[in-house]
Amino acid sequence: MLRFVLRRVLYALPSLFGLLMVTFLLVRIVPADPAAVLAGDNATPQQIAAIRHQYGFDRPLTEQLALYLNQVMRFDFGESQYSHRAVGFDLRQRLPATLELTLAALVIATVLGIPLGVVAGVFHNRWPDFVVRVLSITGIAIASFWIAIMLQLLFAMQLGWLPLRGEMSSGIDPPPVVTHSLILDSLFAGRWDVFGDALRHLVLPAVTLSLGGLATITRFTRAGVLETLQKDFVLYERAVGYPKRRLIWVYVLRNSVIAAVTQIGLLFGSFIAGAVVVESIFDWPGIGNYTVQAILTADYKVMLAATLLIGLVYTLVNILTDLVHAWLDPRLWEQP
Amino acid sequence: MLMLRKFARDVPAVIGLVIVLFALVVAIFGPWLAPYPGDIVASHLLQRLKPPSAAFPFGTDNLGRDMLSRVILGTRGALEVAVTVVVLAMAIGVPLGLVAGYRAGWLSETIMRVTDVFLALPQLILALALAQLLTPSLESAMLALALTYWPFFTRLVYAETRRLQASLFVDALRGIGASSGRILFAHILPNAISPVIVRATIGMGFTILVAAVLGFLGMGATPPAPDWGLTISESRNYLPSAWWYSTFPGLAILVTVLGFNLLGDGLRDFVDPRLRRSR
Repeated sequence: MLRFVLRRVLYALPSLFGLLMVTFLLVRIVPADPAAVLAGDNATPQQIAAIRHQYGFDRPLTEQLALYLNQVMRFDFGESQYSHRAVGFDLRQRLPATLELTLAALVIATVLGIPLGVVAGVFHNRWPDFVVRVLSITGIAIASFWIAIMLQLLFAMQLGWLPLRGEMSSGIDPPPVVTHSLILDSLFAGRWDVFGDALRHLVLPAVTLSLGGLATITRFTRAGVLETLQKDFVLYERAVGYPKRRLIWVYVLRNSVIAAVTQIGLLFGSFIAGAVVVESIFDWPGIGNYTVQAILTADYKVMLAATLLIGLVYTLVNILTDLVHAWLDPRLWEQP
Repeated sequence: MLMLRKFARDVPAVIGLVIVLFALVVAIFGPWLAPYPGDIVASHLLQRLKPPSAAFPFGTDNLGRDMLSRVILGTRGALEVAVTVVVLAMAIGVPLGLVAGYRAGWLSETIMRVTDVFLALPQLILALALAQLLTPSLESAMLALALTYWPFFTRLVYAETRRLQASLFVDALRGIGASSGRILFAHILPNAISPVIVRATIGMGFTILVAAVLGFLGMGATPPAPDWGLTISESRNYLPSAWWYSTFPGLAILVTVLGFNLLGDGLRDFVDPRLRRSR
C-alpha cells in the first residue's frame, strides 16, 4: 500500500512541474506584449519599458523561470493591479468559500446520484430507468450559466423562496472570522441565524454546480449496478431467498460504486473549474469569481496565480481519488 | 443495410441524428428560414421586450428584435465555432497521437507527457486565460478552445496506434518495405478513425457548451452577433419581466448539445460493439 501511495505521488510530479511551466509560458509565449497590456492604451514607450523591467520581462527566460519558481514556493504572487492587495492573501481568503460550494455540490450530486443510479439499474428498461436516463442525458447537455439564470428567475425572482445572489443577506452582523467559511464560522460562534441564512444562500449555486456531476454519477452507478446484477453471487443469494432490499442496497451497491467513486473524485476537479462560471453568476465570494474578474480585466498576476491554484487543487484531488480507489479495490496495489 | 437497420433500432441515437440534421439545415438556410432575417443589426424600439405572440413566437429583445430569428441566425455561428475548433484540435491531436504511438522513444515520451499535463488542467480556465492573452475576439476564443482540446484526440489515437502497430498486417507492411508515413496515414489511421469520429461528435456538443460560456463572459462573439451565450448575458438586465429573452437561446444550446451527445453515444455503440452500453 505504501509503495502504491509513493508511486502515485511520484507520478504526479511531472504533472505539477508541467503545470508550473504552462502557467509560466502562458504569458510569455503569446504574441501580445504583456508589458504593453499592463501599461494601458495611452502609455509611452518609456512607461512600457519601465513596466517590462519592473516585472522582469526583459531578463533571460531561464532567469525569469527561476524567479517564478521561487515566488511560487513562497506563495508570493505579487499584488493585484486593481485591488493592490497581495494575490496570495486574496486567494487564501477566498478558497474556503469555493471549497464550501464545491463540497456542497459534491454532496448533492452523490446523495441523489447514487440512489437514482441504483433505481435505474434495478428497474432496467422500465419507466423509472427511462426517466432517470433522460434526466441524466439532459443534465450533461445543459449550459450551467443558463440553468443558473433560470433557477434565479424561478426561485429567487418569481417565487422569492431563496436569495438571488451573494453569501449572506445584507444587514446581518457577520460572525467573527475564523476559517473564512461562513457556514463553519457561524457554527463556531453559535450564530444559528447566520448559519440558516448562509445555507439558504448556498442552495441555488450548489444545485446549479451539481447538475453535470449528478448526471455523471447516476450514469456510472447505473452501469455498475447492471454489471453487478449479472454476477453469480447475486443469482445465488436470490436463489436462497436473501432479503432483496438488503441484497441490493448493501451487497450490489458496494460492488457497483467503485467506478462511481472514481468519478466523484474527478468531478471535484471539474466542479472547481465549473465554479468559475457559477460563482460569477451568483456573486459568490470564492476564487472562481475572483478568477473571472481577473481574466476579464487582464489582471495578469491574479490570473496566473488563480490558474495555478486551481490546477494544483485539481491535480491533488486526482491523486487522492486514485488513493481512495486503491483503498476500495486492493487489487490495484499489485499492479506494476 | 443490416448496419443501417441496427442503427435505426437505437431510438436515442436516431433522435440525436434528427436533431443534428435539423441544426445543420437551420444553420445553412437560417437567413431564409428566419421570419425577420434583418434582425441581426436592425432595431425596432417601438416593439421592444414584447412577450411571445403569434407575430413573435419567442418574443422580442431589448431592441425590439425578433428572438426566434436571432435564435435561428445564431445556429450557424455556434456550429461554425464547433466545427472549426474540433477540426483544428483533430489536426493537432491526431498526428501527434500517431507519431507518439508508433515508436517508443524520447519523442513519444515528450508528446505524451505534454498531453498529460494539458489533460490534468481544467480546460475552461485554460481556454479563458488563453483567450484573454490572445486579446479577446471570436477568433481568439476558437484558437484557445482548439489549443486546449487537442490532447483528448492525442490520448485516443495514441492508444489505438499502440494497439495497431503491434498487429500482423503492420508487420507485413514493414516486411514489404512500406515507409513509416505510408503505414501510419494509409493503414493505421483508417483503422483508428472510428473512435476519433465518436470523440469528435461528442466534442462538437462539448465545444458548443464551452464556447457559449466564453460568449456569455464576453470573451467570444461581440454585439450585435446573435450568439446564444452573448444573448443570454445581455438578457440578464431585463429579468425577471422578460423571461423569454433568456429562456429560448438556452433551450437552443440544450437541444443542439443534446443532439450531438445522443448521436455520439449511438455511434460509439455502433462502431464498437465491445463498448456496448449495457441496456
